[in-house]
Amino acid sequence: MKKEISVYFILFAILALLSGVLIGIIASFQFIIPGFFNIIPFIKCRPLHVSLVIAWIFLVSIGGVYYYLPKYCNVSLYSDKLPKIHLWIFILTGISVITSYLLGIFGGREYWEFPPVLAIPVILSWILFGYNYFKTVFTKKDHWPVYLWMWATGIFFFLFTYIESNLWVFPYFREHLIRDITVQWKSNGSLVGSWNMLIYGTAIFLMDRIKEDDSIAKSRLAFVMYFLGLTNLIFNWAHHIYIVPNAPWVRYIGYGISMTELIILGKLIWNWKKDLTKALQDFHILAVRFIVASDVWILLNLTLSIALSIPAINIFTHGTHLTVAHAMGSTIGINTMILIASCLFLIPDVTKVQFNKLEAKFISIGFWIMNGLLFFFWIALILAGYFKSHLVLQDKLSFQDIMLQIRPYIGVIAFTGIGILGAMLMIFLPPVNMIKNYLIKK
Amino acid sequence: MKLNTKRFIISILIASFFIYSVVIYTVGTRVDKGEKWITEQSRQGKLLFQKKNCIACHQIYGLGGFMGPDLTNVISALGKGPDFAKVILSNGTERMPNYHLSENEIDAFIAFFTYTDKTGISPVKDFNINYNGTVNWKDKNEKGN
Repeated sequence: MKKEISVYFILFAILALLSGVLIGIIASFQFIIPGFFNIIPFIKCRPLHVSLVIAWIFLVSIGGVYYYLPKYCNVSLYSDKLPKIHLWIFILTGISVITSYLLGIFGGREYWEFPPVLAIPVILSWILFGYNYFKTVFTKKDHWPVYLWMWATGIFFFLFTYIESNLWVFPYFREHLIRDITVQWKSNGSLVGSWNMLIYGTAIFLMDRIKEDDSIAKSRLAFVMYFLGLTNLIFNWAHHIYIVPNAPWVRYIGYGISMTELIILGKLIWNWKKDLTKALQDFHILAVRFIVASDVWILLNLTLSIALSIPAINIFTHGTHLTVAHAMGSTIGINTMILIASCLFLIPDVTKVQFNKLEAKFISIGFWIMNGLLFFFWIALILAGYFKSHLVLQDKLSFQDIMLQIRPYIGVIAFTGIGILGAMLMIFLPPVNMIKNYLIKK
Repeated sequence: MKLNTKRFIISILIASFFIYSVVIYTVGTRVDKGEKWITEQSRQGKLLFQKKNCIACHQIYGLGGFMGPDLTNVISALGKGPDFAKVILSNGTERMPNYHLSENEIDAFIAFFTYTDKTGISPVKDFNINYNGTVNWKDKNEKGN
């Protein structure tokens, strides 16, 4: 397959991420200053921010799979044309989604706020991706490493759970509020699990390739963890809706399954020193550096996520910024770190050019600034959530007064957001420059 | 791990996913304490709630954006109620734009919020924590059913 297609996936991904973060910063300032940048009000900024950041996740994950499969997995891609069609569908759908938001035409479903008709090309693109992927990997005769299973799982479950998230178009689901919210958050929870499969598969692939050792990706432990992750993808979503009055056993199953994440947390802590020492040996490799950072963020976010899944804690934190801390910690701290690692591995691999000392230094400084500021950003969200919860339960202040009380924390979030965007620009400038030179030469 | 073992586990998990989905769509979400309040107007109100993307700023059952308050019980909340909601819907606020809604649209919103109010409570402020980490709370809205 021509390598350029993956490069274009990455290029559009970086554009989506930087625009998404910029819109996120505008949205956070709209919390502090009413009427700020009213050309794009909050009602449009929020869906724009979410959709652009999700586009970043998909474009890097998918672009990576299209490149890594034929290059490193001893298979030929079933079709070289389908990735091009996929990219075109993605871009045209993306433009339609952005246009619909800017024109104020909404479907109004949290995280997928575009009109439901645009779900059709999204589903079509995933069918094409899945068809190409499965036709390719089923030609592989030897045992698959765990990342091939994870990518397959991510594609399969994304397709089904995304279709599920659109069931609201049928009155049976839409008109019954409890069923509607339950199904919506069942699918949203599993959708996140699906793209996590694509991303974590990429992380394992990268470590496998960098170390040139596939024993971890074929180990029993890797598969046990994968099946545990898949079980959580299927059943661990009810913590989003503990207070929604559906059948009580929905909550109990969700609570029980979410506690199995303690096994993952336990394994992380048990092997922490050993794994970290091993990883630090390769810390000079830029891609490894971002994967090590994602490991730290996994530890922090998994602890938070397990705590939020306990109903006795969830009852205090639900509907507060503590939930946002978990979402941001996972999306930026874990997912984005891994995906940046994938970009930093893939781009020099395609272009056959390595980062020079100055570029590496630039990326390295960006890495430390991004992680440092993200920590303050995350802590500010936790504190905002804690104080909001406390004030809501006190029941003495109005909503507006509560928001005034937590405004300083939102200020920290907005300003650290600016710094995170700056750090991202430092990280992405050298690889984008590398892509530009490569495409010009071509 | 043997290939057949992997295939067996994945088949079980995929089958569980589809079976559990059907169970959730049916028995898991059968009860709706506000069912009596589902009317043509409330249906229209729900669609309007989506079309205006209210969820970007507001929450229902704590789910949504944090720019505005949770609207699950806006109809029965102390100091609020249908008249209060009508004023906000008609004029907007410092943070919420005036959407220039028609009388019919405002009535549809009120019908939808009346329905959400009867389904349950959010945020839950009065609850008991059990030894196993689960929580119980009294459903105040049962009196309305």
